[in-house]
Amino acid sequence: MDNIIEISDLTFEYTDNDNSETVLNGLNLSVERGSFTVILGHNGSGKSTLAKLVTGLLKPASGEIMVDGMSTLSEEHENEIHRRVGLVFQNPDNQIVATIVEEDVAFGPENLGIEPAEIRKRVDDALKAVDMYDYREHAPHKLSGGQKQRIAIAGIIAMEPECIVLDEPTAMLDPRGRKEVIDTIYRLNKEKGITILLITHYMEEAENADRIIVMDKGEIVADGAPKEVFADVKTIKSVGLDVPQTTELLYLLKQNGIDAKDGIISISECEKELKRILSEV
Amino acid sequence: MVRDVTFGQYFPAKSIIHKIDPRLKLLLLISFIVFIFVCGNAFSLALMGAFTVALVVMSRVPIRLFLKSIKAIIIVIILTSILNALYVDTGRVVFEVWIIKITTGGIARAAFMSSRILILILASSLLTYTTTPTALTDAIERLLKPLRFIGLGEAVHVMAMMITIALRFIPTLIEETDKIMSAQKARGADMDSGSLLHRVKALIPILIPLLISSVRRAYDLADAMECRCYTGGAGRKRMKQLHLVAHDYVSLLVCIICFAGVIGLNILF
Repeated sequence: MDNIIEISDLTFEYTDNDNSETVLNGLNLSVERGSFTVILGHNGSGKSTLAKLVTGLLKPASGEIMVDGMSTLSEEHENEIHRRVGLVFQNPDNQIVATIVEEDVAFGPENLGIEPAEIRKRVDDALKAVDMYDYREHAPHKLSGGQKQRIAIAGIIAMEPECIVLDEPTAMLDPRGRKEVIDTIYRLNKEKGITILLITHYMEEAENADRIIVMDKGEIVADGAPKEVFADVKTIKSVGLDVPQTTELLYLLKQNGIDAKDGIISISECEKELKRILSEV
Repeated sequence: MVRDVTFGQYFPAKSIIHKIDPRLKLLLLISFIVFIFVCGNAFSLALMGAFTVALVVMSRVPIRLFLKSIKAIIIVIILTSILNALYVDTGRVVFEVWIIKITTGGIARAAFMSSRILILILASSLLTYTTTPTALTDAIERLLKPLRFIGLGEAVHVMAMMITIALRFIPTLIEETDKIMSAQKARGADMDSGSLLHRVKALIPILIPLLISSVRRAYDLADAMECRCYTGGAGRKRMKQLHLVAHDYVSLLVCIICFAGVIGLNILF
């Protein structure tokens, strides 16, 4: 198996004068190249810290993170790791540097010292990939939240990364913006084969992922395909998260002695299952 | 209410003046200002004035915008006129009362000085109305590039980057100020009445949250820039390269002809 990210025995703590708070505790995790992984967790579960560690912004206190065979601890590989693993933040406003959309998207490639003609091509391709090409000459502050976040994603794609880590990219968006961004991320994974590590606390964004990792208090409490993870409703609920409504409905039916299947996520599957149950009654 | 504030003075229009390379435009403005002061007599100044008016018309920027910038310095013009009229004591006496004596020489001098300031303001506004702040910053960075030979290359880049980011965040911070103001008003803050001191004090609950959130934004932005491989000016290549094209050379030529005219008129009269 070809892993882009390999995390072994990762520990991280924030030290503030005398106090130190352990955020991540002996974490082991590897992410397969080209996969779509969702990390779910409540506030304070350590998932945002993990995002910064994987992209090399923070250094592990102990343990190691290997990105494409390079340790995030090595100074010389720092820029190469930034190029291969892009990070998209929660607040779209805080990651846009320039006053014109296309110049912002060009920022990353410009830093890499690529030839101007090649930058132009990458910027155009990136903007087309997030469906924002028509807005290339607009001012970012006049765009909607979802559009701004897609610009931020384009800025990362233009560096041609292997992997994109998104730290709650939809938390500040309205439902429409959220859908735009999530659809874009799934499309990038399918069409360009970019590895996606999506950190979120919205269940519905995880439904179509290859793999879900549930984190709580700096540790992994569940890990597997969406069907497997959501089948364990008890664990999910115990860490303060919700399962999709369809899963919850069937779970409640089962609790009340009805023979319903576990791990159903999509509405159509749920409908089929309900029809089956009803026909048997 | 805060939303009305526009940053920069750029007025988008399609004119030849807008299209001139910002570097050239900046350099031309500087030489223009120098030549306003080179003008030794009314004839050469009149030529500069006519040239400026022609450029203003060509820029397709509404005249009222230029009037607005003139309005801002009208006091300076009036003061200069009065002082010049009072101090210059040549020619025929037009008006005399007590120690105040106004002569034809004084009036001529006052008119000359005011026209000079007027042309200066028109020419400078022409630059800011037809060039985006980003393009202007970019032009400054590129023009100061030779400073790298004395080890100031990174300093120039950092300054330009700071200005770009400041310009980028002005609308964001204005929006934020609006939000904080509404939030504080909803809690009963009174910002529009009371003495000046009271109103200044009422700003504190707005400025402090604004400052804190700006610092937070700065941290985020620094992380975001690092993630996008930003390591300073060294090794950076810009997507948009500036090249002088035909209309730039034409503009340069026209300006040179005007400047030559100024020198000619200075010598002639």
